[in-house]
Amino acid sequence: MKPGLTVGETLRAHGVTRRGFLKYCAAITSLMALPPSSLKAVAAALEAARRPSVIWLSFQECTGCTESLTRSADATIEELIFNAISLDYHHTLQAASGAAAEAAREQAMHENYGNYLLIVDGSIPIADAGYSTIAGISNRDMLLETAAGAAAIVSVGTCAAFGGIPAARPNPTGAVPVSELITDKPIINVPGCPPIPVVITGVLVQYLTFGLPDLDAQGRPLAFYGQSIHDRCYRRPFYDKGLFADSFDDEGAKKGWCLYKLGCRGPTTYNACATAKWNNGTSFPIESGHPCLGCSEPDFWDTGSFYHALSTPTEAIGEAAVYAAGGGLLIGAAVGAVHQRHKRKAIESHRKVSLDDIDEGAAK
Amino acid sequence: MSDTEFLLLVRGPLFTLATVILVGGVLIRIAEILFMGRKKSLAEARGSEASGGFRVMLSRSVPDADTFHRSGFTIISGYVFHIGLFVVIFLFVPHILVFERAIGLSWPGLPSNIIDATTVITLIAMLTLLIHRIVDPVRRMLSGFQDYWVWLVTALPLITGYFAFHRVGVSGAWMLAVHILSVELLMITFPFTSLSHAFTLWMSRWYNGAVSGYRGIR
Repeated sequence: MKPGLTVGETLRAHGVTRRGFLKYCAAITSLMALPPSSLKAVAAALEAARRPSVIWLSFQECTGCTESLTRSADATIEELIFNAISLDYHHTLQAASGAAAEAAREQAMHENYGNYLLIVDGSIPIADAGYSTIAGISNRDMLLETAAGAAAIVSVGTCAAFGGIPAARPNPTGAVPVSELITDKPIINVPGCPPIPVVITGVLVQYLTFGLPDLDAQGRPLAFYGQSIHDRCYRRPFYDKGLFADSFDDEGAKKGWCLYKLGCRGPTTYNACATAKWNNGTSFPIESGHPCLGCSEPDFWDTGSFYHALSTPTEAIGEAAVYAAGGGLLIGAAVGAVHQRHKRKAIESHRKVSLDDIDEGAAK
Repeated sequence: MSDTEFLLLVRGPLFTLATVILVGGVLIRIAEILFMGRKKSLAEARGSEASGGFRVMLSRSVPDADTFHRSGFTIISGYVFHIGLFVVIFLFVPHILVFERAIGLSWPGLPSNIIDATTVITLIAMLTLLIHRIVDPVRRMLSGFQDYWVWLVTALPLITGYFAFHRVGVSGAWMLAVHILSVELLMITFPFTSLSHAFTLWMSRWYNGAVSGYRGIR
């Protein structure tokens, strides 16, 4: 794969037909909620786009994000689009290791300084540089050095975007997301644990064809994260009708009713799972009968039990309420006693007045 | 603070705090009233406190024709928003789950669309009453800060709840957190304002009836 080739040329070299390419463009166009008439523009722009040099850095992560993209059921067009970028450094996928691998990164940085795309998965530990290193370089140093010459950064996965599981309480490594260390570069967050493969490549396509995408308040491309799971969920009509599964094996669960009572995070989670789905469009967690965990949202691991409904308190308030009731009764009784005392004193200090006293008073 | 952290704060420590203030506060008020005590009965009563008490609890809940003729608007709007509040608070499934988690009791809910419509009707009824309060010179004169404050803290959960349900243009987590926070504001306001009538209403109506039904000497 030569860096000078366009995406179209690269795909053709891999044997992708025009029909296959247009089908992919149509899927991405609809996923980005663009009108069908934009298909031609997307295909033309993607066809002609120069393959950007990409450096992929993996820090505190589980490789799930890379797996999501590369372990599809069969060779998918997403995977080929991913091949269409010039992936110059990815220490899980590249054959080179050690000094040779680092040399590849430095070469890519040097040759494409200011123009390469930096993809990061995993969070960065800042409590101690030694918690995670690559070739003896701390994650933080490698990120700062590589980000300096990047045109833009794509934080793939919830760990890179928001800290993810490594940053979950008590966050022993002091894990932080990319956005906490890099503030002078455009950062596109593509969260998910892992993100949907077609969303990862969709963001890359969007970047190649239209430049930097519009982002929401969490730095996520609106095209893919603009709507909540709940709003696009096929079980939504059951929520509206008030039909819920009460357990994982009751009648409601068997009939495919809403999983809100079982802790579904759909109403507060923004992602494309309900529309793009997983495993080549087979299904998504709710379709398989499990509530959404909200994995594309910040701090999703620390939002209390996954199996308690979103509206319920996260703390056991029963005990606190009993103590409050006891305390309330005691204080109320004390205030009542004070009132009683006032009343008693008022009665005691009551002076009986005779007619003579009144006459005496009047005479004065 | 991220939206999730905000939501976690209001679902966690702030909700516990609001519950403690609500439960403790309401019991302070009730205990305070009950511990004021009753005068000794000096003679055998001819009537019954209970029958008088229950009679007034019922009779004061049904407006007589003359009152209805004079204040029909206030009575209808008042009933609409009180029944609406009951339906929205106690028959929306996500709310029932809160009670289930807090006190272990659960009951069937209504479809979300009905709750949605009830919210709008309740808000309209509350709004008309507020306008009436401001426009009518007598009501305006009788109204103080607390009357407007309790209106606001009652209306806010309805408004924020409506938006949390529809999530118009805002993050679902943020709007839900704002909704829960507005409920917490209502919870801590409850015991220390005229809103406490929700807990003392039947007690005081019973007492009024009991006094007249007693027919004895204290």
